[in-house]
Amino acid sequence: MGMSAPSLRLPGGATSRRRRSGRIEPWMYLLPALVVLGVMLAYPLYQLALVSFYDYRQPQVTGAEPLRFTGLENYRALLGDPQFWEVLLNTVVFAGACVLGTLAVGGCLAVLATRLAPWVRILLFLAALGAWATPAVTGSAVWLFLFDPSLGPVNQALAGLGLTEFEGHSWTYTKWSAFGLVLSQVVWCSFPFVMVTLYAGIRAIPHEVIEAARLDGASTGRIAWSVMLPMLRPVMTIVTIQSIIWDFKIFTQIYIMTGGGGIAGQNLVLNVYAYQQAFASGQYGLGSAIGVITTLLLLVISLVYLRALRRQGEVL
Amino acid sequence: MLRGLRVNTVGLLIALAVAFPLYWMVLSALKPRTALEAGDPTPFTLSPTLDSFRRVLLVEDFGRYLLNSATVAAAVVVFSTLCAFLAAVALTRYRFRSRVTLLVMVLIAQMVPVEALTIPLFFLMRGIGQTVPQLGLNHLGSLMLVHTAFAIPLAIWMLRGFVAAVPRELEEAARLDGAGSLTFVWRVLFPLVAPGVVATSIFSFIMTWNDFLFATTFIISAQEKQTLPVVLLSFFRPDQNDWGAIMAGSVLMTVPVLVFFLFVQRRLASGLGGAVKG
Repeated sequence: MGMSAPSLRLPGGATSRRRRSGRIEPWMYLLPALVVLGVMLAYPLYQLALVSFYDYRQPQVTGAEPLRFTGLENYRALLGDPQFWEVLLNTVVFAGACVLGTLAVGGCLAVLATRLAPWVRILLFLAALGAWATPAVTGSAVWLFLFDPSLGPVNQALAGLGLTEFEGHSWTYTKWSAFGLVLSQVVWCSFPFVMVTLYAGIRAIPHEVIEAARLDGASTGRIAWSVMLPMLRPVMTIVTIQSIIWDFKIFTQIYIMTGGGGIAGQNLVLNVYAYQQAFASGQYGLGSAIGVITTLLLLVISLVYLRALRRQGEVL
Repeated sequence: MLRGLRVNTVGLLIALAVAFPLYWMVLSALKPRTALEAGDPTPFTLSPTLDSFRRVLLVEDFGRYLLNSATVAAAVVVFSTLCAFLAAVALTRYRFRSRVTLLVMVLIAQMVPVEALTIPLFFLMRGIGQTVPQLGLNHLGSLMLVHTAFAIPLAIWMLRGFVAAVPRELEEAARLDGAGSLTFVWRVLFPLVAPGVVATSIFSFIMTWNDFLFATTFIISAQEKQTLPVVLLSFFRPDQNDWGAIMAGSVLMTVPVLVFFLFVQRRLASGLGGAVKG
């Protein structure tokens, strides 16, 4: 016993101890963040996957019935349910439309901004900043009010223009007009990010490059397509993928503006569907399976994002 | 000249259209209740009143929920920034084997769809609440915990650049003066990266302040512990929406975010892009 202690010591005690403390130090700084992330992010992620393999409903939560491992049963139930496929299609189409709308509006306004007089540009950016800053909940409330059947200014203006069918018209009643309303709100609050980022990107293009192209006789359209677009590609990638990630996760707007998923669930998207299955129907296992599918979908998109960053030469 | 005029007119009209929902929000919050309920469409009001604000703040006890939201956001800002700052120090000022792996994990952590974690987090909070009630369901502590975790990855990513920008010579000088590692980090590094800390804090604040999903899931039966976004939703009533109150509440909830946005606007694109070079 007495002999074993010294033999454990490495030769050259002092320096090695300093080296060792130098190796421990960064981990001490990392500890708080790692603990929090481990408990609140990694562990729930593991739990999500785990619960998705169980029959986990209200009786199991209260302990009235024992937990039952059912393997892929939840997934099989989901994939065999036509509603799941409809919700998945809803999600992809709706998120896709949001991304396209956001990119189109943001891109066009970024180009427009380069041609505006400074004071008009400042007004446009201030308005965009306001829309961007608006929390999802308040934005949803305001848009609902704007499109309120009887009290909203939109219907009143349309009726005032002689379109009397809009008097008392409900925008959230049918599936596609409800999705359209949420879409316009989403585009309103997320185009500013695209506009500001792309505007900065366009501004960063050296003036000489465009001048040179112009001297060579290129038209404005040709310059935009063959000179500016390729130079903007890295920025475009980022805003596109960022928009995809955001729009696939939309919860608040759908939940609030369509009253929890629309009439008979016509406006459900994956996130809201999972939430309703779990907290409204008490099907936690099934809800978790939907959560896993959403996570996997986003993981794939995120990996594309990471690769795009790598190709851009972002140093880690 | 004429073309410039036309472009500017278009730009101006678009700016007005983009600002219109916010204008209508403020206008409706200031309109008298009778005019609102009659569906008065005039785009201005000659008799502005603070009645809606008074109704919201006094009758609906909005002040309490404002305070709840502010408390949660403040706690999240302090804890997440502190954790993220220390982690950023480790990841930028030390060279160790798992460094790059950890950085990639931070980047991936930013992309975890936290909405999907609502179910396991609900059960986790229920479990935590059985030992420490203040951190469990129906308590603000549960929201603080969750948002601290969600804010950390982006905060690390943002602070990384600020911490790395402090010259190494300064560290060596501090060492020579006999300062330990912690002293250097706390007394020299922290004040130097203060601008970055402020920007990061504002992001964490906005994220927490805007949260609706977790507030509505975790605070189930304790109405007095609710935060603003959920309370705002409770103004929607099946019989008659009190639009004046909803709009006044929306103004109260939007203004703090707007103010903070103006502070960080220069960093917005780069920060939210995660890794876009501004």
